[in-house]
Amino acid sequence: MQGLIEFTQMIISGVATGCIYAIVALGFVLIYKASEIVNFAQGDLMMLGAFLGFSFITLLGMPFYLGLGLALVCMALIGALLDRVVLRPMAGQPVFAIVIITIGIGFVIRSIVISIPGWGTETYGIDTPYSGGVTSLGGLVISNEHLAIIAATLLLVIVLYLFFRFTMLGVAMQATSQNQLAAYYVGVPVKSILSMIWAISAATAALVGILLAPITFVHVNMGFIGLKAFPAAVIGGFGSLPGAIVGGLIIGVVEALAGFYLPEGFKDVAAYVLMLVVLAIRPKGLFAQSVAKKV
Amino acid sequence: MQKPLLELSNIEAYYGPILAVQGISLQIPEGSIVTLLGSNGAGKSTILKAISGVVEPQKGTIRFDGKNLIGMEPDQIVNLGLLHVPEGREVFPFLSVRENLLLGAFRHHNRDQARGDLERMYAYFPVLRERLAQPAQSLSGGEQQMLAIARALMARPRLLLLDEPSLGLSPRLVSEIFAIIRRICTEAGTTILLVEQNAHKALEIADYGYVVENGRIVMEGAARELAEKPDIREFYLGKKDASVRGGHRWKRKKLWR
Repeated sequence: MQGLIEFTQMIISGVATGCIYAIVALGFVLIYKASEIVNFAQGDLMMLGAFLGFSFITLLGMPFYLGLGLALVCMALIGALLDRVVLRPMAGQPVFAIVIITIGIGFVIRSIVISIPGWGTETYGIDTPYSGGVTSLGGLVISNEHLAIIAATLLLVIVLYLFFRFTMLGVAMQATSQNQLAAYYVGVPVKSILSMIWAISAATAALVGILLAPITFVHVNMGFIGLKAFPAAVIGGFGSLPGAIVGGLIIGVVEALAGFYLPEGFKDVAAYVLMLVVLAIRPKGLFAQSVAKKV
Repeated sequence: MQKPLLELSNIEAYYGPILAVQGISLQIPEGSIVTLLGSNGAGKSTILKAISGVVEPQKGTIRFDGKNLIGMEPDQIVNLGLLHVPEGREVFPFLSVRENLLLGAFRHHNRDQARGDLERMYAYFPVLRERLAQPAQSLSGGEQQMLAIARALMARPRLLLLDEPSLGLSPRLVSEIFAIIRRICTEAGTTILLVEQNAHKALEIADYGYVVENGRIVMEGAARELAEKPDIREFYLGKKDASVRGGHRWKRKKLWR
Protein backbone atom coordinates (compact mmCIF):
# COMPACT_ATOMS: atom_id res chain seq x y z
CA MET A 1 0.00 0.00 0.00
CA GLN A 2 2.77 2.36 0.95
CA GLY A 3 4.49 1.54 -2.30
CA LEU A 4 1.39 2.32 -4.31
CA ILE A 5 0.93 5.69 -2.68
CA GLU A 6 4.57 6.45 -3.22
CA PHE A 7 4.20 5.47 -6.85
CA THR A 8 1.11 7.65 -7.34
CA GLN A 9 2.86 10.51 -5.63
CA MET A 10 5.72 10.10 -8.02
CA ILE A 11 3.39 10.06 -11.02
CA ILE A 12 1.68 13.26 -9.91
CA SER A 13 4.88 15.16 -9.44
CA GLY A 14 6.05 13.75 -12.78
CA VAL A 15 2.90 15.00 -14.43
CA ALA A 16 3.46 18.45 -12.96
CA THR A 17 7.04 18.60 -14.26
CA GLY A 18 5.77 17.13 -17.50
CA CYS A 19 3.29 19.97 -17.83
CA ILE A 20 6.18 22.41 -17.71
CA TYR A 21 8.01 20.54 -20.46
CA ALA A 22 4.74 20.29 -22.34
CA ILE A 23 4.11 24.02 -22.46
CA VAL A 24 7.67 24.82 -23.46
CA ALA A 25 7.40 22.13 -26.15
CA LEU A 26 4.12 23.68 -27.23
CA GLY A 27 5.98 26.94 -27.78
CA PHE A 28 8.58 25.14 -29.90
CA VAL A 29 5.94 23.38 -31.96
CA LEU A 30 3.74 26.44 -32.53
CA ILE A 31 6.60 28.31 -34.14
CA TYR A 32 7.96 25.27 -35.96
CA LYS A 33 4.62 24.43 -37.50
CA ALA A 34 4.06 27.93 -38.72
CA SER A 35 7.50 28.74 -40.05
CA GLU A 36 9.65 25.58 -39.91
CA ILE A 37 11.96 27.41 -37.54
CA VAL A 38 13.11 25.64 -34.40
CA ASN A 39 13.23 28.43 -31.88
CA PHE A 40 16.12 27.65 -29.57
CA ALA A 41 15.43 30.83 -27.63
CA GLN A 42 12.19 29.36 -26.27
CA GLY A 43 13.76 28.54 -22.90
CA ASP A 44 15.28 32.00 -22.63
CA LEU A 45 11.95 33.61 -23.46
CA MET A 46 10.57 31.61 -20.56
CA MET A 47 13.34 32.92 -18.32
CA LEU A 48 12.68 36.49 -19.44
CA GLY A 49 8.98 36.02 -18.72
CA ALA A 50 9.79 34.76 -15.26
CA PHE A 51 12.00 37.80 -14.60
CA LEU A 52 9.22 40.12 -15.78
CA GLY A 53 6.78 38.33 -13.48
CA PHE A 54 9.27 38.60 -10.63
CA SER A 55 9.67 42.35 -11.27
CA PHE A 56 5.96 43.05 -11.45
CA ILE A 57 4.95 40.87 -8.50
CA THR A 58 7.89 40.97 -6.11
CA LEU A 59 9.74 44.20 -6.95
CA LEU A 60 6.73 46.37 -7.79
CA GLY A 61 4.37 44.60 -5.38
CA MET A 62 1.53 44.03 -7.80
CA PRO A 63 -1.14 41.44 -7.01
CA PHE A 64 -0.06 38.03 -8.35
CA TYR A 65 -2.65 37.62 -11.07
CA LEU A 66 -2.26 41.19 -12.31
CA GLY A 67 1.52 40.74 -12.48
CA LEU A 68 1.09 37.41 -14.24
CA GLY A 69 -1.26 38.91 -16.81
CA LEU A 70 0.99 41.88 -17.40
CA ALA A 71 4.03 39.62 -17.86
CA LEU A 72 2.10 37.56 -20.41
CA VAL A 73 1.11 40.69 -22.35
CA CYS A 74 4.65 42.07 -22.28
CA MET A 75 6.10 38.77 -23.48
CA ALA A 76 3.51 38.56 -26.24
CA LEU A 77 4.64 41.98 -27.43
CA ILE A 78 8.29 40.99 -27.17
CA GLY A 79 7.58 37.80 -29.15
CA ALA A 80 5.81 39.71 -31.91
CA LEU A 81 8.58 42.30 -31.95
CA LEU A 82 11.27 39.61 -32.26
CA ASP A 83 9.47 38.21 -35.26
CA ARG A 84 8.96 41.61 -36.83
CA VAL A 85 12.47 42.95 -36.26
CA VAL A 86 14.72 39.89 -36.34
CA LEU A 87 12.99 37.06 -38.17
CA ARG A 88 10.84 38.68 -40.84
CA PRO A 89 13.84 40.24 -42.59
CA MET A 90 15.36 36.75 -42.66
CA ALA A 91 12.45 35.26 -44.60
CA GLY A 92 13.69 33.29 -47.58
CA GLN A 93 17.11 32.62 -46.06
CA PRO A 94 18.19 29.03 -45.37
CA VAL A 95 16.43 27.57 -42.34
CA PHE A 96 19.68 26.70 -40.56
CA ALA A 97 20.74 30.36 -40.64
CA ILE A 98 17.48 31.34 -39.01
CA VAL A 99 17.84 28.62 -36.40
CA ILE A 100 21.31 29.88 -35.52
CA ILE A 101 19.81 33.33 -35.14
CA THR A 102 17.36 32.00 -32.57
CA ILE A 103 20.32 30.64 -30.61
CA GLY A 104 21.79 34.12 -30.82
CA ILE A 105 18.55 35.61 -29.54
CA GLY A 106 18.84 33.30 -26.54
CA PHE A 107 22.34 34.57 -25.75
CA VAL A 108 21.27 38.17 -26.13
CA ILE A 109 18.34 37.71 -23.78
CA ARG A 110 20.63 36.12 -21.18
CA SER A 111 23.18 38.93 -21.34
CA ILE A 112 20.49 41.57 -21.15
CA VAL A 113 18.99 39.93 -18.08
CA ILE A 114 22.41 39.73 -16.43
CA SER A 115 23.14 43.39 -17.08
CA ILE A 116 19.87 44.77 -15.74
CA PRO A 117 20.26 46.06 -12.17
CA GLY A 118 18.02 44.13 -9.77
CA TRP A 119 18.01 41.05 -12.02
CA GLY A 120 21.56 39.83 -12.62
CA THR A 121 22.74 36.35 -11.81
CA GLU A 122 21.06 35.99 -8.41
CA THR A 123 18.28 33.56 -7.65
CA TYR A 124 14.86 34.96 -6.78
CA GLY A 125 11.49 33.63 -5.79
CA ILE A 126 8.00 34.78 -6.64
CA ASP A 127 5.36 34.74 -3.91
CA THR A 128 2.15 33.26 -5.15
CA PRO A 129 -1.19 33.23 -3.32
CA TYR A 130 -1.03 29.45 -3.31
CA SER A 131 2.62 28.87 -2.34
CA GLY A 132 3.56 26.66 0.51
CA GLY A 133 0.24 24.90 1.01
CA VAL A 134 -0.54 21.29 0.29
CA THR A 135 -3.69 19.48 -0.65
CA SER A 136 -4.26 16.06 0.92
CA LEU A 137 -6.23 13.50 -0.95
CA GLY A 138 -6.53 10.17 0.81
CA GLY A 139 -2.95 9.28 1.59
CA LEU A 140 -1.62 11.55 -1.14
CA VAL A 141 -0.08 14.90 -0.46
CA ILE A 142 0.10 17.23 -3.42
CA SER A 143 1.81 20.57 -3.23
CA ASN A 144 -0.22 23.54 -4.39
CA GLU A 145 2.49 24.56 -6.82
CA HIS A 146 2.11 21.27 -8.62
CA LEU A 147 -1.66 21.56 -8.62
CA ALA A 148 -1.45 25.08 -10.01
CA ILE A 149 0.84 23.93 -12.82
CA ILE A 150 -1.48 21.09 -13.78
CA ALA A 151 -4.57 23.30 -13.64
CA ALA A 152 -2.94 26.09 -15.64
CA THR A 153 -1.75 23.64 -18.29
CA LEU A 154 -5.22 22.17 -18.57
CA LEU A 155 -6.69 25.64 -18.94
CA LEU A 156 -4.10 26.66 -21.53
CA VAL A 157 -4.71 23.54 -23.58
CA ILE A 158 -8.47 24.11 -23.55
CA VAL A 159 -8.14 27.78 -24.49
CA LEU A 160 -5.69 27.03 -27.31
CA TYR A 161 -7.88 24.19 -28.57
CA LEU A 162 -10.97 26.41 -28.70
CA PHE A 163 -8.97 29.20 -30.32
CA PHE A 164 -7.44 27.08 -33.08
CA ARG A 165 -10.59 25.08 -33.69
CA PHE A 166 -13.35 27.65 -33.62
CA THR A 167 -12.05 31.14 -34.32
CA MET A 168 -11.41 32.38 -37.84
CA LEU A 169 -8.01 33.68 -36.76
CA GLY A 170 -7.08 30.31 -35.26
CA VAL A 171 -8.13 28.47 -38.40
CA ALA A 172 -6.14 30.96 -40.48
CA MET A 173 -3.09 30.17 -38.31
CA GLN A 174 -3.56 26.46 -38.96
CA ALA A 175 -3.94 27.20 -42.64
CA THR A 176 -0.75 29.24 -42.66
CA SER A 177 1.17 26.40 -41.07
CA GLN A 178 -0.25 23.80 -43.48
CA ASN A 179 0.28 25.63 -46.73
CA GLN A 180 1.82 29.06 -46.50
CA LEU A 181 1.63 29.78 -50.21
CA ALA A 182 -2.07 28.96 -50.36
CA ALA A 183 -2.61 31.16 -47.33
CA TYR A 184 -1.09 34.05 -49.26
CA TYR A 185 -3.37 33.29 -52.19
CA VAL A 186 -6.57 33.39 -50.14
CA GLY A 187 -5.57 36.71 -48.64
CA VAL A 188 -4.50 35.66 -45.15
CA PRO A 189 -2.01 38.28 -43.95
CA VAL A 190 0.67 35.65 -43.48
CA LYS A 191 3.34 37.95 -42.06
CA SER A 192 1.09 39.32 -39.32
CA ILE A 193 -0.09 35.80 -38.57
CA LEU A 194 3.51 34.69 -38.01
CA SER A 195 4.05 37.60 -35.62
CA MET A 196 0.92 36.60 -33.72
CA ILE A 197 2.16 33.03 -33.45
CA TRP A 198 5.42 34.30 -31.98
CA ALA A 199 3.37 36.38 -29.57
CA ILE A 200 1.35 33.36 -28.42
CA SER A 201 4.48 31.26 -28.13
CA ALA A 202 6.32 33.87 -26.04
CA ALA A 203 3.30 34.37 -23.81
CA THR A 204 3.02 30.65 -23.09
CA ALA A 205 6.74 30.71 -22.30
CA ALA A 206 6.15 33.47 -19.75
CA LEU A 207 3.31 31.45 -18.22
CA VAL A 208 5.61 28.47 -17.68
CA GLY A 209 8.35 30.67 -16.31
CA ILE A 210 6.09 32.11 -13.64
CA LEU A 211 4.49 28.76 -12.80
CA LEU A 212 7.93 27.27 -12.39
CA ALA A 213 9.26 30.15 -10.28
CA PRO A 214 8.04 28.87 -6.89
CA ILE A 215 9.68 25.48 -7.57
CA THR A 216 13.03 26.13 -9.24
CA PHE A 217 13.24 29.87 -8.52
CA VAL A 218 13.98 32.58 -11.05
CA HIS A 219 17.52 32.73 -12.33
CA VAL A 220 19.26 33.46 -15.55
CA ASN A 221 19.90 29.84 -16.48
CA MET A 222 16.41 28.49 -15.83
CA GLY A 223 15.85 28.52 -19.59
CA PHE A 224 17.96 25.40 -19.99
CA ILE A 225 14.82 23.47 -19.22
CA GLY A 226 14.19 24.01 -22.91
CA LEU A 227 16.72 21.25 -23.51
CA LYS A 228 14.32 18.82 -21.83
CA ALA A 229 11.30 20.19 -23.61
CA PHE A 230 13.00 19.60 -26.93
CA PRO A 231 12.86 15.79 -26.68
CA ALA A 232 9.25 16.20 -25.55
CA ALA A 233 8.42 17.95 -28.79
CA VAL A 234 10.36 15.36 -30.79
CA ILE A 235 8.58 12.44 -29.12
CA GLY A 236 5.27 14.05 -29.93
CA GLY A 237 6.16 14.41 -33.59
CA PHE A 238 7.47 18.00 -33.64
CA GLY A 239 4.56 19.29 -35.60
CA SER A 240 1.69 18.26 -33.47
CA LEU A 241 0.34 20.33 -30.59
CA PRO A 242 -1.31 17.37 -28.82
CA GLY A 243 1.94 15.51 -29.44
CA ALA A 244 3.91 18.18 -27.60
CA ILE A 245 1.61 17.92 -24.59
CA VAL A 246 1.70 14.13 -24.49
CA GLY A 247 5.45 14.11 -25.12
CA GLY A 248 5.98 16.52 -22.23
CA LEU A 249 3.87 14.46 -19.87
CA ILE A 250 5.62 11.23 -20.82
CA ILE A 251 9.03 12.74 -20.22
CA GLY A 252 7.99 14.26 -16.93
CA VAL A 253 6.62 10.99 -15.60
CA VAL A 254 9.48 8.84 -16.87
CA GLU A 255 11.97 11.24 -15.38
CA ALA A 256 10.27 11.18 -12.01
CA LEU A 257 10.14 7.39 -11.96
CA ALA A 258 13.74 7.08 -13.14
CA GLY A 259 14.84 9.47 -10.43
CA PHE A 260 13.19 7.36 -7.77
CA TYR A 261 13.69 3.78 -8.89
CA LEU A 262 16.93 3.93 -10.87
CA PRO A 263 20.45 4.75 -9.67
CA GLU A 264 21.48 8.36 -9.49
CA GLY A 265 22.20 10.06 -12.79
CA PHE A 266 19.57 8.23 -14.80
CA LYS A 267 17.04 10.98 -14.18
CA ASP A 268 18.87 13.44 -16.37
CA VAL A 269 19.36 11.16 -19.32
CA ALA A 270 15.94 9.53 -19.14
CA ALA A 271 14.39 12.11 -21.48
CA TYR A 272 17.00 11.53 -24.16
CA VAL A 273 16.98 7.75 -23.85
CA LEU A 274 13.22 7.84 -24.23
CA MET A 275 13.52 10.08 -27.26
CA LEU A 276 15.95 7.65 -28.91
CA VAL A 277 13.66 4.71 -28.18
CA VAL A 278 10.62 6.48 -29.61
CA LEU A 279 12.53 7.59 -32.68
CA ALA A 280 13.78 4.05 -33.25
CA ILE A 281 10.26 2.69 -33.16
CA ARG A 282 8.33 5.57 -34.74
CA PRO A 283 10.79 7.82 -36.59
CA LYS A 284 8.19 10.53 -37.10
CA GLY A 285 7.15 10.69 -33.47
CA LEU A 286 3.96 9.59 -31.85
CA PHE A 287 1.55 12.09 -33.37
CA ALA A 288 3.05 12.97 -36.73
CA GLN A 289 0.66 14.28 -39.33
CA SER A 290 1.57 13.24 -42.80
CA VAL A 291 0.45 14.63 -46.09
CA ALA A 292 -0.42 12.06 -48.68
CA LYS A 293 1.93 12.55 -51.59
CA LYS A 294 0.35 14.36 -54.49
CA VAL A 295 0.06 12.27 -57.60
CA MET B 1 -13.82 49.71 -76.13
CA GLN B 2 -14.58 49.81 -72.41
CA LYS B 3 -11.83 50.45 -69.90
CA PRO B 4 -10.06 47.20 -69.00
CA LEU B 5 -10.38 45.84 -65.46
CA LEU B 6 -6.78 44.67 -65.53
CA GLU B 7 -4.05 46.13 -67.63
CA LEU B 8 -0.44 44.94 -67.82
CA SER B 9 2.06 47.01 -69.68
CA ASN B 10 5.61 45.99 -70.41
CA ILE B 11 5.96 43.51 -67.58
CA GLU B 12 9.35 41.89 -67.11
CA ALA B 13 9.71 39.29 -64.40
CA TYR B 14 12.20 36.63 -63.35
CA TYR B 15 11.46 33.06 -62.40
CA GLY B 16 14.47 32.40 -60.20
CA PRO B 17 17.46 33.49 -62.30
CA ILE B 18 15.58 33.19 -65.60
CA LEU B 19 13.92 36.11 -67.29
CA ALA B 20 10.62 34.32 -67.75
CA VAL B 21 8.46 37.22 -68.85
CA GLN B 22 9.82 39.84 -71.23
CA GLY B 23 7.69 42.84 -71.97
CA ILE B 24 4.19 41.47 -71.68
CA SER B 25 1.28 43.83 -72.22
CA LEU B 26 -2.29 42.68 -72.03
CA GLN B 27 -5.75 43.90 -71.19
CA ILE B 28 -8.69 42.19 -69.63
CA PRO B 29 -12.10 43.81 -70.09
CA GLU B 30 -14.55 43.54 -67.21
CA GLY B 31 -16.94 40.59 -67.39
CA SER B 32 -14.99 38.59 -69.93
CA ILE B 33 -12.94 35.43 -69.95
CA VAL B 34 -9.44 35.92 -71.32
CA THR B 35 -7.13 32.99 -71.79
CA LEU B 36 -3.35 32.78 -71.92
CA LEU B 37 -2.17 29.89 -74.04
CA GLY B 38 1.30 28.57 -74.46
CA SER B 39 3.47 25.56 -73.87
CA ASN B 40 5.26 24.53 -70.70
CA GLY B 41 7.66 27.15 -69.42
CA ALA B 42 6.33 29.88 -71.68
CA GLY B 43 5.97 32.21 -68.70
CA LYS B 44 2.24 31.99 -68.21
CA SER B 45 2.31 31.14 -64.52
CA THR B 46 4.91 33.83 -63.83
CA ILE B 47 2.56 36.40 -65.35
CA LEU B 48 -0.18 35.32 -62.95
CA LYS B 49 2.21 35.39 -60.00
CA ALA B 50 3.29 38.90 -60.92
CA ILE B 51 -0.35 39.99 -60.99
CA SER B 52 -1.17 38.48 -57.60
CA GLY B 53 1.96 39.93 -55.98
CA VAL B 54 3.79 36.68 -55.27
CA VAL B 55 6.49 37.61 -57.78
CA GLU B 56 7.73 41.17 -58.01
CA PRO B 57 8.14 42.26 -61.63
CA GLN B 58 11.38 44.02 -62.56
CA LYS B 59 9.75 46.47 -64.91
CA GLY B 60 6.36 47.58 -66.08
CA THR B 61 3.04 48.42 -64.50
CA ILE B 62 0.02 46.37 -63.51
CA ARG B 63 -3.19 48.32 -63.08
CA PHE B 64 -6.26 46.76 -61.56
CA ASP B 65 -9.33 48.97 -61.71
CA GLY B 66 -7.01 51.96 -62.08
CA LYS B 67 -4.79 51.10 -59.07
CA ASN B 68 -1.16 50.18 -59.53
CA LEU B 69 -0.49 46.77 -57.96
CA ILE B 70 3.31 46.88 -58.10
CA GLY B 71 4.83 46.68 -54.63
CA MET B 72 1.62 45.60 -52.91
CA GLU B 73 1.52 42.56 -50.59
CA PRO B 74 -0.42 39.51 -51.82
CA ASP B 75 -3.04 39.89 -49.10
CA GLN B 76 -3.63 43.54 -50.00
CA ILE B 77 -4.16 42.52 -53.60
CA VAL B 78 -6.67 39.89 -52.49
CA ASN B 79 -8.45 42.62 -50.57
CA LEU B 80 -8.99 44.48 -53.83
CA GLY B 81 -10.92 41.45 -55.10
CA LEU B 82 -8.23 39.83 -57.20
CA LEU B 83 -7.99 36.12 -56.43
CA HIS B 84 -5.41 33.68 -57.76
CA VAL B 85 -6.07 29.93 -57.90
CA PRO B 86 -2.54 28.57 -58.32
CA GLU B 87 -1.52 25.54 -60.27
CA GLY B 88 -1.58 22.24 -58.42
CA ARG B 89 -4.60 22.60 -56.11
CA GLU B 90 -3.06 24.28 -53.15
CA VAL B 91 -5.57 23.35 -50.47
CA PHE B 92 -5.08 23.24 -46.71
CA PRO B 93 -4.64 19.47 -46.31
CA PHE B 94 -5.67 18.95 -42.68
CA LEU B 95 -8.52 21.44 -42.57
CA SER B 96 -12.01 20.32 -43.47
CA VAL B 97 -13.56 21.25 -46.79
CA ARG B 98 -15.85 23.67 -44.97
CA GLU B 99 -12.92 25.35 -43.16
CA ASN B 100 -11.05 25.63 -46.44
CA LEU B 101 -14.02 27.38 -47.99
CA LEU B 102 -14.58 29.69 -45.03
CA LEU B 103 -10.94 30.77 -45.20
CA GLY B 104 -11.70 31.98 -48.69
CA ALA B 105 -14.05 34.48 -47.09
CA PHE B 106 -11.28 35.64 -44.76
CA ARG B 107 -11.22 39.10 -46.28
CA HIS B 108 -14.91 39.77 -45.55
CA HIS B 109 -15.29 37.77 -42.41
CA ASN B 110 -19.03 38.24 -42.37
CA ARG B 111 -20.62 35.03 -41.10
CA ASP B 112 -24.06 35.45 -42.65
CA GLN B 113 -22.68 36.40 -46.00
CA ALA B 114 -20.19 33.51 -45.88
CA ARG B 115 -23.00 31.07 -45.07
CA GLY B 116 -24.95 32.22 -48.13
CA ASP B 117 -21.84 31.97 -50.28
CA LEU B 118 -21.23 28.42 -49.04
CA GLU B 119 -24.65 27.47 -50.39
CA ARG B 120 -23.79 29.02 -53.76
CA MET B 121 -20.56 27.01 -53.86
CA TYR B 122 -22.46 23.79 -53.15
CA ALA B 123 -24.74 24.68 -56.03
CA TYR B 124 -21.75 25.04 -58.36
CA PHE B 125 -19.92 22.02 -56.95
CA PRO B 126 -22.43 19.60 -55.37
CA VAL B 127 -19.68 17.11 -54.55
CA LEU B 128 -18.21 19.53 -52.01
CA ARG B 129 -21.38 19.38 -49.92
CA GLU B 130 -20.93 15.62 -49.57
CA ARG B 131 -17.34 16.07 -48.44
CA LEU B 132 -18.03 18.97 -46.08
CA ALA B 133 -16.43 17.60 -42.93
CA GLN B 134 -13.60 15.65 -44.56
CA PRO B 135 -10.04 16.91 -44.48
CA ALA B 136 -9.14 18.39 -47.85
CA GLN B 137 -6.29 15.95 -48.37
CA SER B 138 -8.77 13.06 -48.58
CA LEU B 139 -10.35 14.56 -51.69
CA SER B 140 -9.56 13.38 -55.19
CA GLY B 141 -7.55 15.62 -57.50
CA GLY B 142 -10.62 16.89 -59.30
CA GLU B 143 -12.42 17.59 -56.05
CA GLN B 144 -9.41 19.47 -54.71
CA GLN B 145 -9.36 21.59 -57.86
CA MET B 146 -13.05 22.36 -57.38
CA LEU B 147 -12.35 23.20 -53.74
CA ALA B 148 -9.54 25.56 -54.72
CA ILE B 149 -11.77 27.37 -57.21
CA ALA B 150 -14.70 27.50 -54.79
CA ARG B 151 -12.43 28.81 -52.03
CA ALA B 152 -11.34 31.68 -54.26
CA LEU B 153 -14.97 32.40 -55.19
CA MET B 154 -15.84 32.67 -51.49
CA ALA B 155 -13.88 35.91 -51.51
CA ARG B 156 -16.36 37.30 -54.08
CA PRO B 157 -13.59 38.17 -56.51
CA ARG B 158 -13.94 40.73 -59.26
CA LEU B 159 -11.12 39.06 -61.14
CA LEU B 160 -10.24 35.40 -60.86
CA LEU B 161 -6.85 34.11 -62.05
CA LEU B 162 -7.02 30.41 -62.83
CA ASP B 163 -3.75 28.56 -63.40
CA GLU B 164 -4.18 25.28 -65.30
CA PRO B 165 -7.45 24.14 -63.74
CA SER B 166 -7.48 21.13 -66.06
CA LEU B 167 -4.08 19.80 -65.00
CA GLY B 168 -4.17 16.09 -64.32
CA LEU B 169 -7.94 15.75 -64.54
CA SER B 170 -9.99 13.33 -66.58
CA PRO B 171 -11.53 14.73 -69.78
CA ARG B 172 -15.02 14.48 -68.33
CA LEU B 173 -14.00 16.45 -65.23
CA VAL B 174 -12.26 19.03 -67.39
CA SER B 175 -15.46 19.64 -69.36
CA GLU B 176 -17.39 19.88 -66.11
CA ILE B 177 -14.99 22.39 -64.57
CA PHE B 178 -14.81 24.52 -67.71
CA ALA B 179 -18.59 24.66 -67.94
CA ILE B 180 -18.67 25.89 -64.35
CA ILE B 181 -16.01 28.51 -65.11
CA ARG B 182 -18.18 29.84 -67.92
CA ARG B 183 -21.20 29.89 -65.58
CA ILE B 184 -19.26 31.79 -62.93
CA CYS B 185 -18.44 34.49 -65.47
CA THR B 186 -21.96 34.70 -66.87
CA GLU B 187 -23.90 34.40 -63.62
CA ALA B 188 -21.72 36.24 -61.13
CA GLY B 189 -20.14 38.64 -63.60
CA THR B 190 -16.68 37.57 -62.46
CA THR B 191 -13.90 38.47 -64.86
CA ILE B 192 -11.58 35.53 -65.44
CA LEU B 193 -8.01 35.19 -66.65
CA LEU B 194 -7.48 31.57 -67.54
CA VAL B 195 -4.05 30.06 -68.09
CA GLU B 196 -4.24 26.77 -69.91
CA GLN B 197 -2.32 24.22 -71.87
CA ASN B 198 -5.58 22.67 -72.97
CA ALA B 199 -6.07 25.27 -75.72
CA HIS B 200 -9.05 23.52 -77.21
CA LYS B 201 -11.13 23.74 -74.04
CA ALA B 202 -9.89 27.18 -73.13
CA LEU B 203 -10.77 28.72 -76.50
CA GLU B 204 -14.21 27.16 -76.26
CA ILE B 205 -15.19 29.22 -73.23
CA ALA B 206 -12.97 32.27 -73.60
CA ASP B 207 -13.83 35.56 -75.26
CA TYR B 208 -10.29 36.59 -76.07
CA GLY B 209 -6.95 34.88 -76.10
CA TYR B 210 -3.23 35.58 -75.98
CA VAL B 211 -0.55 33.14 -77.06
CA VAL B 212 2.64 33.30 -74.98
CA GLU B 213 5.91 31.78 -76.08
CA ASN B 214 9.33 32.34 -74.50
CA GLY B 215 7.95 35.04 -72.25
CA ARG B 216 6.49 37.10 -75.08
CA ILE B 217 3.04 37.49 -76.52
CA VAL B 218 3.26 36.19 -80.05
CA MET B 219 -0.38 36.27 -81.08
CA GLU B 220 -3.67 37.57 -79.80
CA GLY B 221 -7.23 37.78 -80.94
CA ALA B 222 -10.83 36.92 -80.29
CA ALA B 223 -11.06 33.31 -79.12
CA ARG B 224 -13.12 32.27 -82.12
CA GLU B 225 -10.62 33.73 -84.57
CA LEU B 226 -7.67 32.20 -82.75
CA ALA B 227 -9.27 28.79 -82.91
CA GLU B 228 -9.45 29.14 -86.67
CA LYS B 229 -5.84 30.14 -87.24
CA PRO B 230 -3.82 27.38 -88.87
CA ASP B 231 -0.85 27.71 -86.51
CA ILE B 232 -3.02 27.47 -83.45
CA ARG B 233 -4.95 24.60 -84.93
CA GLU B 234 -1.81 22.70 -85.63
CA PHE B 235 0.39 23.37 -82.64
CA TYR B 236 -2.11 23.85 -79.83
CA LEU B 237 -5.23 22.06 -80.97
CA GLY B 238 -3.45 19.20 -82.68
CA LYS B 239 -5.69 19.43 -85.71
CA LYS B 240 -4.15 19.14 -89.10
CA ASP B 241 -5.96 20.80 -91.96
CA ALA B 242 -6.30 18.72 -95.02
CA SER B 243 -4.21 20.96 -97.18
CA VAL B 244 -1.69 20.37 -99.92
CA ARG B 245 1.01 20.96 -97.37
CA GLY B 246 -0.43 18.31 -95.15
CA GLY B 247 2.25 15.85 -96.09
CA HIS B 248 5.10 18.25 -95.41
CA ARG B 249 4.54 18.81 -91.76
CA TRP B 250 8.22 18.62 -90.89
CA LYS B 251 8.88 21.70 -92.92
CA ARG B 252 6.41 23.79 -91.00
CA LYS B 253 7.59 25.67 -87.98
CA LYS B 254 5.84 27.93 -85.60
CA LEU B 255 5.93 31.17 -87.53
CA TRP B 256 7.08 33.24 -84.61
CA ARG B 257 10.14 31.30 -83.70
